[in-house]
Amino acid sequence: MQPSQGTGLGQAMIAIARRDLLISLRSRGEILLPVLFFIIVVSLFPLSITPDPTLLGKFGPGIIWVAALLATLLALDGVFRPDYEDGTLEQLALGPHPLSMMVLAKSVAHWLVTGLPLLIISPLLGILMQLSALGIKVMMLSLLIGTPALSLLGAVGVGLTVGIRKSGSLLSLLVLPLYVPILIFGTGAVHAAALGLPYSAHLMLLAAFSLFSLAVCPIASASAVRVSVS
Amino acid sequence: MNQVITPPAPKNSASKGRKWRWFHRFGSPAWVYRFASNWAPRFGVVAGVLFLIGLYQGLVVAPPDYQMGDSYRIIFVHVPSAWLSMFSYFVMAVAAAIGLVWRMKVANITARSIAPLGALFTFCALVTGSLWGKPTWGTYWVWDARLTSELILLFLFIGFIALHDAFEDRRTAARASAILAIVGVVNLPIIHFSVEWWNTLHQGSTVTRLDGPTIDSRMLSPLLIMFLAFNFYFAAAVLNRLRVSLLDLERKTNWVKELVHG
Repeated sequence: MQPSQGTGLGQAMIAIARRDLLISLRSRGEILLPVLFFIIVVSLFPLSITPDPTLLGKFGPGIIWVAALLATLLALDGVFRPDYEDGTLEQLALGPHPLSMMVLAKSVAHWLVTGLPLLIISPLLGILMQLSALGIKVMMLSLLIGTPALSLLGAVGVGLTVGIRKSGSLLSLLVLPLYVPILIFGTGAVHAAALGLPYSAHLMLLAAFSLFSLAVCPIASASAVRVSVS
Repeated sequence: MNQVITPPAPKNSASKGRKWRWFHRFGSPAWVYRFASNWAPRFGVVAGVLFLIGLYQGLVVAPPDYQMGDSYRIIFVHVPSAWLSMFSYFVMAVAAAIGLVWRMKVANITARSIAPLGALFTFCALVTGSLWGKPTWGTYWVWDARLTSELILLFLFIGFIALHDAFEDRRTAARASAILAIVGVVNLPIIHFSVEWWNTLHQGSTVTRLDGPTIDSRMLSPLLIMFLAFNFYFAAAVLNRLRVSLLDLERKTNWVKELVHG
């Protein structure tokens, strides 16, 4: 994955995203496992709380969002760890292109592998959770807007912990508190829609948060990666 | 963040002259050790005196609240702890950022010295808040906006400490946890406001308002005294922790050996 002298920044980013996607596609578990995890976690809640449709309709959005957070977290370590272990990450840090952009490409690939499948499967879970058609629509919108921020913020956490051997629980301690605003705005939109209130404000705040993460997180995760590979 | 990898500024550049000398002194562990040893006991004494005055005024002199009776008196601990919990995160992040940019050892260990104190203040704010909640709200814990953001702040402090201590190499630990502190300090206001919009039960602010405080002056003065006492205590405790960490860090250097052996 060494960009030759003439490779442009865009080409390099596409090449990295494509490579990460190919690796994930070839080991199918990587894509399927988070989705399965997502489905299983969500389906545990009716068993543990209540199968009552009205209550499920109330709790559903929150449960689905929390499960989405956990599923993202589960797959997060894969963003940098394999590359850290075989030295690719070090090469990227030494390479001619800004590391933040390379990290951004990897975050995009991570979102395509975890966020997007979650988004695609979420209507099914919405039906299981007795959400209305509008609720499902708003939930999908909120997931579409919010999950990229999960991948971007998560990359910062992985960048910081990739040099530590057993970092799973540490990673969740670092990343989950930062996910709080996403969770609040994401579920807030669905709740507002369920009550017949305007929900666009929540989605816009969520979009603002995602765009802010898009601007800031690649820089933070690039410096985190630099610390870890040094 | 590319500036970070450019070579650090020379430590004793004469060209910058007097203006920066005070700053460069903080780069010397021996100087900072002497500074901390001089000031920590003084701050400690001031804090102790202020604590006595503030507690006497707060618990004995100040009148009971017309609504909450005597239970409101916990604000003399609760409000300063809550303030310091946030202030110390901010100071910690600034120290960590200085350590990250200028590679200052002293700044790095200052950040690490502040972290447990910040966690402690956050914990105090949470505990006093929930004890206060029982008589006034009727329950120990409500998912009130400010209590919730304090809880998240506690997680951020613990995360900082956990990340710092997970690394074996001191410098890597300092740099990684500095990045986390900076990310956290950017996120804190966002978390705070998102939680605020989400749910709020907490009473509004009564001290810092544009139209003047709505709190009785006999309650306000012990609150301010306690506030000062907490800040002085914080300064004394940070300097003390800093002294210990400096001795540990520099245990192989001559100034520590001289200090210990004579």
